[in-house]
Amino acid sequence: MSRFRTEAGGRVKRDKVLSFTFDGVAYQGLTGDTLASALLANGVHLVGRSFKYHRPRGIVTAGPEDQNALITLRRDAARETPNLRATQVELYQGLEAESQNRWPSLKFDVNAINGLASSLFVSGFYYKTFMWPRSFWKNVYEPRIRAAAGLGKAPAKADPDRYTSRYVHCDVLVIGAGPAGLTAALAAKEAGATVILADEGAEFGGSLLGDAVTTIEGKSTDAWMSDVVMNLAMSDKVRMLARTTAFGYFADNFVALVERVTDHLAAPSDALPRERLWQVRAKQVILATGALERPLVFPENDRPGIMMAEAGRSFLNRYGVKVGLRAVVFTATDSAYRAAIDLKQAGVDIQLIADLRARPPADVVDEALACGLTVRAASTLCGTQGGLRVSAAEVGEVNGDLTIGRKEVVDCDVVLMSGGWTPNINLHSQSRGRLIYNETTQNFLPGAPGYDNVSIGACKGTYDLSATMNEGYAAGEAAARASGRKGGMKKGFSSLGGLAMGGGHLGVVPHDRDPGRVKAFVDFQHDVTAKDIKLATREGFQSIEHVKRFTTTGMATDQGKTSNMNALAIAAKAIGKAIPEVGLTTFRLPYTPTTFGNFAGTARGDLFDPIRKTPMHDWAAAQGAPFENVALWKRAWYFPKAGEDMHAAVNRECKTVRTTVGMFDASTLGKIEVVGPDAAEFMNRMYVNPWTKLEIGRCRYGIMCRDDGFVYDDGVVGRMAADRFHVTTTTGGAPRVMNLMEDYLQTEFTDLKVFLTSTTEQWAVIAVQGPKAREVLAPLVEGIDIGKDAMPHMSVREGRICGVPTRLFRISFTGELGFEVNVPADYGQGVLDAIWREVREAGGCAYGTEAMHVLRAEKGYIIVGQDTDGTLTPDEAGVGWAVGKAKADFLGKRGLMRPDLTGPSRKQLIGLLTVDPKRVPDEGAQLVASAAPAKGSHALGHVTSAYWSENLGRSIAMAQLENGRARLGETVYITSLTGAAFPAVVADPIFYDKAGARIDV
Amino acid sequence: MHFSFFSLLRQAFAKHEGWPRQWRDPEPKPAYDAVIVGAGGHGLATAYYMAAEHGMRNIAVVEKGWLGGGNTGRNTTIIRSNYLWEESEALYDHALDIWQDLSQVLNYNVMYSARGVLMLAHTIHDVQVAKRHIHANRLAGIENEWLDPGQCKDFVPVLNLDPNIRYPIMGGALQRKGGVARHDAVAWGYARAASALGVDIIQNCEVKGIRRDASGAVCGLDTTRGMIATKKVGVVAAGHTSVLMQMAGVRMPLESYPLQALVSEPLKPIFPCVVMSNTIHAYISQSDKGDLVIGAGTDQYNSYSQTGGLHITQHTLDAICELFPMFRRVRMLRNWGGIVDVTPDRSPIIAKTPVPGLFVNCGWGTGGFKATPGSGHVFAHTVATGEPHRIAAPFTIERFKTGRLIDEAAAAAVAH
Amino acid sequence: MLLVTCPYCGPRPEIEFRQAGEAHIARPAITCSDDEWADFLYMRDNHKGYMRERWRHVAGCGRFFNVVRHTVTDKFVASYKVGEEKPAIPAEAAAGPRVEIVR
Repeated sequence: MSRFRTEAGGRVKRDKVLSFTFDGVAYQGLTGDTLASALLANGVHLVGRSFKYHRPRGIVTAGPEDQNALITLRRDAARETPNLRATQVELYQGLEAESQNRWPSLKFDVNAINGLASSLFVSGFYYKTFMWPRSFWKNVYEPRIRAAAGLGKAPAKADPDRYTSRYVHCDVLVIGAGPAGLTAALAAKEAGATVILADEGAEFGGSLLGDAVTTIEGKSTDAWMSDVVMNLAMSDKVRMLARTTAFGYFADNFVALVERVTDHLAAPSDALPRERLWQVRAKQVILATGALERPLVFPENDRPGIMMAEAGRSFLNRYGVKVGLRAVVFTATDSAYRAAIDLKQAGVDIQLIADLRARPPADVVDEALACGLTVRAASTLCGTQGGLRVSAAEVGEVNGDLTIGRKEVVDCDVVLMSGGWTPNINLHSQSRGRLIYNETTQNFLPGAPGYDNVSIGACKGTYDLSATMNEGYAAGEAAARASGRKGGMKKGFSSLGGLAMGGGHLGVVPHDRDPGRVKAFVDFQHDVTAKDIKLATREGFQSIEHVKRFTTTGMATDQGKTSNMNALAIAAKAIGKAIPEVGLTTFRLPYTPTTFGNFAGTARGDLFDPIRKTPMHDWAAAQGAPFENVALWKRAWYFPKAGEDMHAAVNRECKTVRTTVGMFDASTLGKIEVVGPDAAEFMNRMYVNPWTKLEIGRCRYGIMCRDDGFVYDDGVVGRMAADRFHVTTTTGGAPRVMNLMEDYLQTEFTDLKVFLTSTTEQWAVIAVQGPKAREVLAPLVEGIDIGKDAMPHMSVREGRICGVPTRLFRISFTGELGFEVNVPADYGQGVLDAIWREVREAGGCAYGTEAMHVLRAEKGYIIVGQDTDGTLTPDEAGVGWAVGKAKADFLGKRGLMRPDLTGPSRKQLIGLLTVDPKRVPDEGAQLVASAAPAKGSHALGHVTSAYWSENLGRSIAMAQLENGRARLGETVYITSLTGAAFPAVVADPIFYDKAGARIDV
Repeated sequence: MHFSFFSLLRQAFAKHEGWPRQWRDPEPKPAYDAVIVGAGGHGLATAYYMAAEHGMRNIAVVEKGWLGGGNTGRNTTIIRSNYLWEESEALYDHALDIWQDLSQVLNYNVMYSARGVLMLAHTIHDVQVAKRHIHANRLAGIENEWLDPGQCKDFVPVLNLDPNIRYPIMGGALQRKGGVARHDAVAWGYARAASALGVDIIQNCEVKGIRRDASGAVCGLDTTRGMIATKKVGVVAAGHTSVLMQMAGVRMPLESYPLQALVSEPLKPIFPCVVMSNTIHAYISQSDKGDLVIGAGTDQYNSYSQTGGLHITQHTLDAICELFPMFRRVRMLRNWGGIVDVTPDRSPIIAKTPVPGLFVNCGWGTGGFKATPGSGHVFAHTVATGEPHRIAAPFTIERFKTGRLIDEAAAAAVAH
Repeated sequence: MLLVTCPYCGPRPEIEFRQAGEAHIARPAITCSDDEWADFLYMRDNHKGYMRERWRHVAGCGRFFNVVRHTVTDKFVASYKVGEEKPAIPAEAAAGPRVEIVR
C-alpha cells in the first residue's frame, strides 16, 4: 500500500482491493473508498481544471459540496456521466474516470494560457467588448467562448438505464442521518410514528463517520451508530434510504428524494433501476442536514493540496488516507485543531497551526500544544507556492492594525484550512422558511418554517454533540406527536470528545499582497476572486443577486455552498453595508445536481404519453395501416395495398367509397350521454342549435360555441328519448366539451336536472359509407328497418346487429348514403369482422382518416380545429343555418353580438379551385390579391384544407377569406414556399353533389 | 466610459479601479415628467427610448427590488418573430430588427446570437400550423422555413428521429434569425444607457399607491421612498401588473401564473440552436457557459410564489429526454420560477388605460423577453406622445370588449 | 405538488384536479352591456393574497368546488361546495422581514 494509506483504521475494507483508472492510469483502492479518497491514497491531488483560467484544481472537500473534483465516469459508450464529484463517487472494481475541461492533458492544459490574460478577463469583461465588428459575435467570438466553456461532455448515446418513481406517505421524514437525524428518527419511531430516514451518503452516521475519538453513551461512535442503525432497521415502521438525497422541498410538505440505486455497483443488475425518485408527502419533516465547512479566502488559495481541514480529517478517519505528509493548518475555527491532532497522531508532520484569531480559546490551544503541535495565533497566509501541487505556504503575523508583520515560508505538501461552518439551510429555505441572521456567529439560521418542519443540529447552528442529540430526540418525539401518534419519552444523551466548532472568518483574510493583482479565490470552479467581487460593487452591482450574476460567483455546480458567505461578506464590506442588508441569493432546488432521467422516470417511448386505441386498432394494424396521432388517439391513416404509396391508397379509398362502399373506424369521436328531464333545455343552452323540437329517433348536426361566440366544437347529436341525447364531439375535443358542459351544469345552470356521462370508450363506432352501405348492413341488422323511408338521413334507431345491441345512426360525413354502427366496445371487433366480410363482398374497402378528410372536403364539411381556429363564428364557418336565432340564450349568443364579431371584413369559409387543377396548395398558405405580393402585403385569408380529389380529378381547397362569400367567382392568389403565388377561383365549398342527391337514397 | 477592448486593456493596467458605476443610484426627486414602474428589460427599454428618442430626460424608473430581477433575469432568452397574426408579426419583428445592432447602440454586449430557432412538428395538425406560420411570415417579409425531418437532424444532430417514439418528428419551422441573448446584459445595457441620458433608476422603491387628481387623472405615486409627483405613469410590471393597476381602480384581463425554467450543469458545446416543441411542451438551448437552458410550462393555478410543482418539471424533462435521449444522464443544476401575466388571447397589452395619464405594458405571458427592445420602443412612444405607436395600436385593453382579439393561442395551442 | 381538499372526497394531490379560475363570477344576463360581458369573460382580480377560486376534481368525483387559497404561499385555508356560504377571508398576516437579525 502507498505511503498515504494508514496501517489501520477507517471504514474501508483493507482486504478488498479494487483496481480503477483515472485518465488511463491504473491505480488501486479499497472497498469503502470514494474515488477521491482512493486518488488521495495514491498521492493524487490534481483532478481538474477551473472553468475560466484552466488553473489546476485539487480535491478540496470530502463531500457533495466539492467544486473542483469533477470527473467523467465511463461504464460504456452509452453510460458516460459527466461532472460527477469524485468525493461522492463510490469506488468499484474496474471504475474508469476521466478528468474534464483540459486539453491535451490534465497536467498540461493549453487553455491555461487564459490565466496570463486574467487581468483582462475580469468579471463581466465580455459585456464590454466583442462588439466589433458586429458579425464577429456570432461567428468568431461566441464559438470560441463556447468551446472554452463548459465542463464535461454530454453523453453521445441514448441512456439505456431505467429510472423509476414511487409515491409514499409517512408521519415523519428525517433528512440527514448524522447524530441529529439518527436520534430524531429513533425518537419518532419509539413514539409510534412511521418514519423515513434519508441520507445522501452510502452509510448512516454523517459527521460521526469521520470521528475516531468521540464516545456516546460510553460507546465508541462506531458501536453507538451500529446499535441505532440496527434498531431502526429492525422496525417495520422505519424506511431507511441510504445514497438518497432530498433535493426538493415543495408546497404542503411534499419532498422529492432521489435514491442512487446502482451507481456504486461494479456490475449492476438489469433488474434494478439506476435511480429511484421518492415523492414523499410527510406530515412532519425534520431537517438534520448539518453544516458545511467554509474555505478561507487568501492569496493563491486554490492550489491542489489546499483543502478543508475537516475533509483532511474525514479522509483520515473514515478512509484511512493521509492527504499529505507535511501539512500547514490555517484556521479561524476550533475544529481544525482536531484535524491537526488526528493527522499528527497518524504520522503526518504538522508544520504549524496558523490561527487567524488573536486569541483562540485556551482549552483548544492547550490540547494541541499537549499533543506537541505548534500554534501561532494572529497568523495568516499571504500566499502559497507550487505548480500542480502546493509546496509551501507563506505564513505571516497579523498585527493589531491588520498589517502583516514577520513572514515565513513553510514547506508543506498540503494546507488544511477552515474558515468556519455554514449551517445548511437550503431545504429550510426551499420550504419558504424565514431566516435569522446571527450577527455574532455571522451565520444565517433557520427561522419560522414555511411548512410543518423543524431544523435540528448543525443546520440550526447547534454544534455541541450532546445538545445536538438531545435536540434530535426531542424533535423526533414532538414530530411523532404532531403527526397524531401517541408520543414517547424524553431522553438525554451524553457524549465525550465531540468536535468543537466555534470561531470563523468571513471574507478575505489580512495579507500584504496587492489586492488589485493577487488571486484570492472565492469560487474555485468559476475562478471568481475577491477582486472580482469588489469590481462588481464598484460598477454599481450592489444587490447580492447582481453581484452573483455579474461575477458568476455562486453559480458553479455547488451553487455557492462553499462560496456564498465569503462572497456576501466581501460585497458587504465593499459597499459598507451589513451582510443581511446586501441580501442572500435564493436557495433553489435541486440541493445537489440531479439527473434528468430521475425527473423523466418511466415516461419514455410508449409510456411518454397515454396511448388511446380503438377496439379495432389491432385489426387495422394487421391490415398494414399506418397510424396518425390525434390528441392521445392512434387513428388508422390509410390502408395501403401492396405496392401502393399513400396517395395511391387514398385515391383508391376515396373512389371506392363513392362507387361502392367503404368502412371506417369512427370510434375515437367523443360521445357524451346527456340524460334527464331537462336534457333538451340543457342542449338548447349549450349548443347554438334548437333542440326542443328534435323528434325522438332523429339527429341534428350540433355546433357549440363558448361564451365568446367562437366555434368550439361540433358533432352529430341523436335524440334517443325525450330525456336522452347521444351527443358526439370531435376526437380531440371530447374532454374539453365534457368539462365545459359540467362547468355550466354544476355552476351556472344549476336549475337543470341533467346527468352527463362520457361514453366515448363505451361505444365502438363503425362507419359504413357508400352507395352499397345499406346492402352491406341489411343482412346483419336485426329489428331495424333500414329502408330509405323507414330510416331517413339524420335518424337513429336502436336494435341489434350480429346479435349485439346497437345504436344505428344514418348519417354521413362523406356525402354518400351512410350509416354509423355504434356497438358496445367489447363487441366492436366482432361486428367489424362481420361488416368487413360484407364490405369485401360488395367490392368495398376500409378507409382511413386521410380519405375521410378528402371525402368530407369534397362535400365542404368542416373540421373544427382545422377549418376553424377559434376565431370564426358559426356563420363565418358556413354553419350559420344551425343557429337557433329564436332562442333566448345559448353559449355564445351574447358574445356574438360584440361589435367586432359583427363588423365588416370578417373572414368566411369558402372553397377554392386552383386555376391549375393539378396544383394542390399548402394547408396554411396565405391568400393575397396578386401573384407577386409586396413584402408586408395584407393576407386576405388562408387555406385551411387542401387535397387532391381523385373523384373530381382536380385539387380542392377550403379557405378562410375576408368577405369570402361576396367574392364567389373572383380570383385570389395562393402563396407558395417554392415560387410565386398562383391563382385560384373562389367557389362554393361544396365541390361534389351540391344537391345532396347521393345522401338521400 | 465607453466600453471597448481598448478601455478594457487600459483598465487592466489600472487594476480595473477606474471603472465607473454602470448606472447612477439617485435619490428619488419629488417630481418627474413621467415614471415607469418596473425596472425589468421592458421598463428600462421604455425609459431609454423615452430619453433617447423623445427627449424626455426628467423621468424615472422605480423598481421594488433590483433591476432586471423579475422575468428578465429568469427567462430562457429565446428570440424569434415568427408569430401568426399581422399585428404580432409587426410587433415582434420590430423587436428583432432592433436586436440586430442592440449591442452597438447600447455599447453593451447583449450577446444576441442568431443561432436559429427550430419549432418541431409532431402531428399533421402541427405541420398545418407550422406551415401556416411560415406562409404568413414570408408574406410579411419575415424569414421562416420548413425543414423535413432529415433537415431538422442536420441542423440539430442530437435530435431523436426514431419513427417509433410516441410523437415522431414530422418536420419543423426554422427561423434562422431567431436565437438567444444574455438576459442580464439586456437589462444592464438599457439601465446604463438610460442612466447616462439622465433617467433616474430607483431600486428598492416599491409603489404603494397611484394618486389621482380631482379629474381622475394620474398625479403621483406613493412609494416606500416617499411620494413622487408625476402626470404620466407607465406600468411595466409583468406578473404584478394587476396589483398595481388595482391601485388605480383598473381591473385587467390578466392572470398570473408561475412559470418554471431550469439549467443543467455546464457541458461542452453540444446544442447549436434553440429547439421548441409546443406539442410535447419543451424548449431548450445551450448557454455560452455550457448549461442546457430549458423552459417548462406554467403551473395551472394563479400564483405569485415564484415556485411551482415537481410534476411540471418532470413533464418538461420527460419531453426533453424523449427528443434527446442522451440527456437523461445530464443533471439539473438549478430550477426556478417566474411570475408571468397571461392575457386571454396570449398577446400583450401596450396601451392607454381608462385613467388619464396611466399607461400599461403587460400580458407578455411566457414569451416577453424576445420583444424587449420593440416593446420598450413602441411603449416609449405611447407614453411620451399619449397616443399609441402604430405598431402598438392593436394591442389595446378594449379589444377584449369589442372582440378583436389577436389570438396567438388559437392556432398554436401555446405561445412561448 | 399542492394538496387540495375536495369537499366531497377529502385531501388529494393536485394532479387529480384542474384549477378553473377565479370563483363567484356570475354569468350576466344577455341584456348586459359589452363592458359587463367583457368583465365576465376576461377581467379578473388576479389578487395577490387570499383568492377565492374554483377547482374541479377532474380525476375524482368530477365536481367543481370553491377554495380560499393564498396566492403567495399557495396555502389553502378553506374549501367549500358550490352554493355554500362563503367562508371568511382570513386577515392578511403582516409580512415580516425576510431575514430577522439577532445578536
